Order: sequence, then C-alpha cells, then structure tokens
Amino acid sequence: MVIAIASAAVVFFGARAVSNDYVFFAGYTVLQYIVLATAWNILGGYTGYVNFGSAAFFAMGAYTTVFFHKSLPLPIPALIVIGGIVSGLVGFGMGYLTLRLRGAFFAIATLALAVVLQTFVVNWDYVGGSRGAYIIRPSENVLTGPYIQYLFLLMLSLVVVGLVCARGIERSRLGYGFAAIRDDELAAEACGVPTLRLKLIATTLSGALMGMAGAPFPYYIGYLQPSSAFGLEYAVNSIAMPMIGGTTSWVGPLIGAILLGSLQQIATVTISSAVNLLIVGLLLVGFVIIAPNGIVGLVQDRLRAGAK
Amino acid sequence: MDLSFDLLANAVIAGVLLGGFYAAVTIGVSISFGILDIVNIAHPAFIILGSYIAYIINSSFGIDPIVVSIIVLPVFYLLGAGVYQIYYQAFERYGQESLRGLSFFFGLLFITEVLLILVFGVDYRYVEASYIGPSWHVGVMDFPLRMLVPCLTALAMFGVLQLFLSRTFMGRAIAAVAQDQLALRLMGASPMRIKRVAFGISIATTAVAGALLIIIQPVEPSVGREYIGRVFAICVLGGLGSLPGTVIGAMLLGIIESFTSTFYGPSWAPAVGFGVLLLTLAFRPSGLLGR
Repeated sequence: MVIAIASAAVVFFGARAVSNDYVFFAGYTVLQYIVLATAWNILGGYTGYVNFGSAAFFAMGAYTTVFFHKSLPLPIPALIVIGGIVSGLVGFGMGYLTLRLRGAFFAIATLALAVVLQTFVVNWDYVGGSRGAYIIRPSENVLTGPYIQYLFLLMLSLVVVGLVCARGIERSRLGYGFAAIRDDELAAEACGVPTLRLKLIATTLSGALMGMAGAPFPYYIGYLQPSSAFGLEYAVNSIAMPMIGGTTSWVGPLIGAILLGSLQQIATVTISSAVNLLIVGLLLVGFVIIAPNGIVGLVQDRLRAGAK
Repeated sequence: MDLSFDLLANAVIAGVLLGGFYAAVTIGVSISFGILDIVNIAHPAFIILGSYIAYIINSSFGIDPIVVSIIVLPVFYLLGAGVYQIYYQAFERYGQESLRGLSFFFGLLFITEVLLILVFGVDYRYVEASYIGPSWHVGVMDFPLRMLVPCLTALAMFGVLQLFLSRTFMGRAIAAVAQDQLALRLMGASPMRIKRVAFGISIATTAVAGALLIIIQPVEPSVGREYIGRVFAICVLGGLGSLPGTVIGAMLLGIIESFTSTFYGPSWAPAVGFGVLLLTLAFRPSGLLGR
C-alpha cells in the first residue's frame, strides 16, 4: 500500500519534471488502460468469466459524467464514485441474469450489452445523442496547475486503488474462492463455495472499476460521442492487456497495460491508429496461442527452469 | 388509434422475410455453438468477409452474388476447417476453451474487421443484381424481391442442411458428437475429425449469409458487430442445436424487429435482439425447441 502510493508519487513528479503536457496526455491514456485491464482481470483472470463489454461499462461511467455535467455540476472525484456505482449496478444486473447459466452466455450477453447501450445513448438526446456532447474543461486547477495534470493525478489514484484492490482480493478468502471457481466450478460448489455470490461480487467490482475509469474521460477528451466512448479498442485492449501480461496475478495486467499502452501511443504517432489496433489484435491471438500464461507465465517458467 | 391493416400486414411480411435472412446468418452458429459447443463469436466477421468477396467478384465480373457464394463455399469450408484445427491444437485439447478460446475468436473478429478497414476503408459497399429494386404486389401487400430472394435462398440452405444432418452418415456422426464424445471415441471414431467437418460447414454457411447480407443492405466492416447479439439471441431463443428452432427463432426476431422499426423507429431495432436474448436466458434458457 505504502509502496504503491510512493511509486505513484514518483511517477507523478517524474512526469512533472519532464514538464511537457504531452507526457500527461499520453500517460493518462496508459493509466486509464491499467485501470481497465486490472478491472477486467478481477472477473476474467480470477474467476475465468470473459467480459467483452468493457467498452460499455467504460462508456457508462463517461456518460454518467456527461449527464451530471448538464444537470448538476459536481467535482470529478464525486463523479468517479457515482460512475462507479452506476456501472457496478449494471454489472450486478447482467451477472444476476446470466451467471447462473454456462459461462459462454455471460460472455455473449456482455458483447451484446455494448451494442444495446450504444443504441440507448444514440437515441437519448439529453446527453447529446448521436451528435455527441461537448464538455468544457477548466484550464487551471488550484491543486496542480494545468488541468491535465489534475486528471492525470486522479487517474493515477484510481490505478493505486485498482491495484491495491486486486492485490487484496488475490490474497484473501475471496481470491481463493475466485480461483476455485476458475479451476472447477462444480467442485467449488460442492465444497460449499458460494459460487453465484462470489461471481456477482466479481462482476460488480469489475464493472464499478471500469465505470470509474470512464468517469473523467469526457473532461479528458472534451467532446464525447457514442462511437468514441463505446469504441471497440477499449474492449479489445482490456482483454489483450491482461492476456499478454498474465491473468493470474495483479502484476500481469499492469505489465501488459504499460507495454501495450505505450506501444500504442508510439504507434499512433508514428504509423496510424488503424494499424496499431491490428497490432493489438495480432498480439492477442499470438499470445493466447503461444504463451497462454502471458509474460508473467514466461518469466515464472524461466525462473523455475533456472532453479533446477 | 387506427392501426391500418395494410401497415400491419406489411410489417409482418417484412418481418418474415427478414427472419428468413436471419436464419441464414444464424444457422452456422447453431451448428458451431449449439451442436459443437464452440463459442465462435467471430462468426459475423466471416459473414462480412463473405459479403466483401461477393462484392469484389460481383463488381469486377458481374456475377450474381448468390452464385459467387456457392462458388466460394469450398474455400470457406477449408477456412473453417483450418480455424478449427488451430482452435483444437491450441485450446480444446487442453480444456482451455472457455477463457483463451473465447479471446482467440474475439481476436479473430477484431483482426478481420481492422484488415477490412485497412484494405477497403469504411465506405459502404453494395452489389448489383436484377432482383434488387423491383417488388411483387399482391393486393395491398408488398414483397420486395431484394428481401424475398435472400429469404428463399436461406430456406433452401436450411433444407439442405437439415437433410444432411438427419439423413447422411456424416450428419448423424455430427449429432453423435454433440451427444457423447466418449462413446464416439469408444466406437473408434475421431470426434476431432467430425468436429472439423462440422465447423467447416458452419463457416461455409457464412459465404452464403454474407452474399445475402450485401444484397439486403450496403455493407461496411463494422456492420458485423450488430449481428453478434442478434445471432446468439436467435440461437438461444430457438433452442441450442435445433435447426428448425433456429428458423422459428429467426422468424420471431425478424417480426419483432420489423414491428419495432415500424412503430418506434429503426434506430431502436439493434436493442431488440439483446432484449430477447436476456429475457430468454432469464426465463427459458433451453429455448423454444431445446433439448
């Protein structure tokens, strides 16, 4: 915990020392992906249930912000909490309806959820409909100076919260319950693990974190339209990052998100954004086939082989 | 409110015709997901691929899109068999199909879409054929040929597949894979080989479904995403693994969607499939004609 906060402080002041706003813009995106990847991994990596609707949960957080921006302007930290609650509730509802059935149904339902929520947002004029919504962002903030640094700091604290949460779960009874579900749900159920309740906890937590990651997004981007909030790249990245990093521990999504996130930032600038998505897709397929346990798994294998 | 008979009758007809087309789109998933238990969420991506192949050949040689799709059937069959081979080698053999197998298909879906965007851009593409445009009129009812032809083609494909599955040796073997793989192995048959054939057939149907799609509407690479929810909704609604159930489910969804777009506006139609999927999963997970 202390280490996490200390390293976060190092990252922030390190970025500040470079004193280039671009570092904050690019860094924000990478941090956002760390939160998304960690959130996805709480459900996908620990319990083995695949969520393809990360973009939907993310967008829900973002659109909660747009809604409140228009009706009742609140400070962003409050919006993050509200966005988290909204997305968490949707996650709970989805899980309640589909998790009692086979795992595949949950995956399909999340995939369809993104399409449907997008339909709702497109038809909802109050939050801009298909035209999108403008969010005027204040240029200064008392705490940190430039506003982007404030957003960066917020996202950094979300990363800390997410990672501490994931690490805590991993070492608790909850985490062992999740692992039991992943390895053999039937056996877990027979041993008295309350599988449905645990799965619902996982979906709610994971959905809430994704919503929290999405809440500051409108302030970051300045102009939010449905196709950018529901972009497939969020769904793909939040799956690809844990898969490439390694799904069984909290380190995996972190490594995956930092590597893939930075790679994409570089590729977007140097090549083109379509090509960079292609790279993500190819890496995802390549890693699930060749290195099923991701980078963390590769390193562990190497260490084990070295010990012999 | 005066619900005119004309409007109602035409909404039903449009729904049934649309449903026929949905049956063609879903029948492959019904085989892969319903019978083989392979959650191929990349199915719509193969359909879009089929649409683009129909588009390329139609625009350069002027061959009818449905004829094109029948010519490329073997290619799609081989593609499907190849994908299954990778899937089996990398995931199914180790019992890891749930998490990694799903991610694999998701990656395929994504790669296909991005590649198509890179090659063709995001412009809408369409085909030309003599039956696109005119319609038949019976009394007050309209039968637009661009919907009628795909619907009839779809039903023909359903008929052929149903005969194949219930009458031929291979068809029965595929049904046996769904029932008990261990018993099949004890009989000296290889479930893997049979599943490869079945998955090949499932992907082959996307060649036809893709051609039908581009006859009905102009196509761009991300259109396929709308079909994911729809396809699985139909599959679950009809009952997993039941081909007649698939056709009934497709017709039902077609009619519901056609009513939604007639009375509430077409922008709501994509939400219908998902609603149907959730309700079915919540109340009758085995579907209408489930096992």
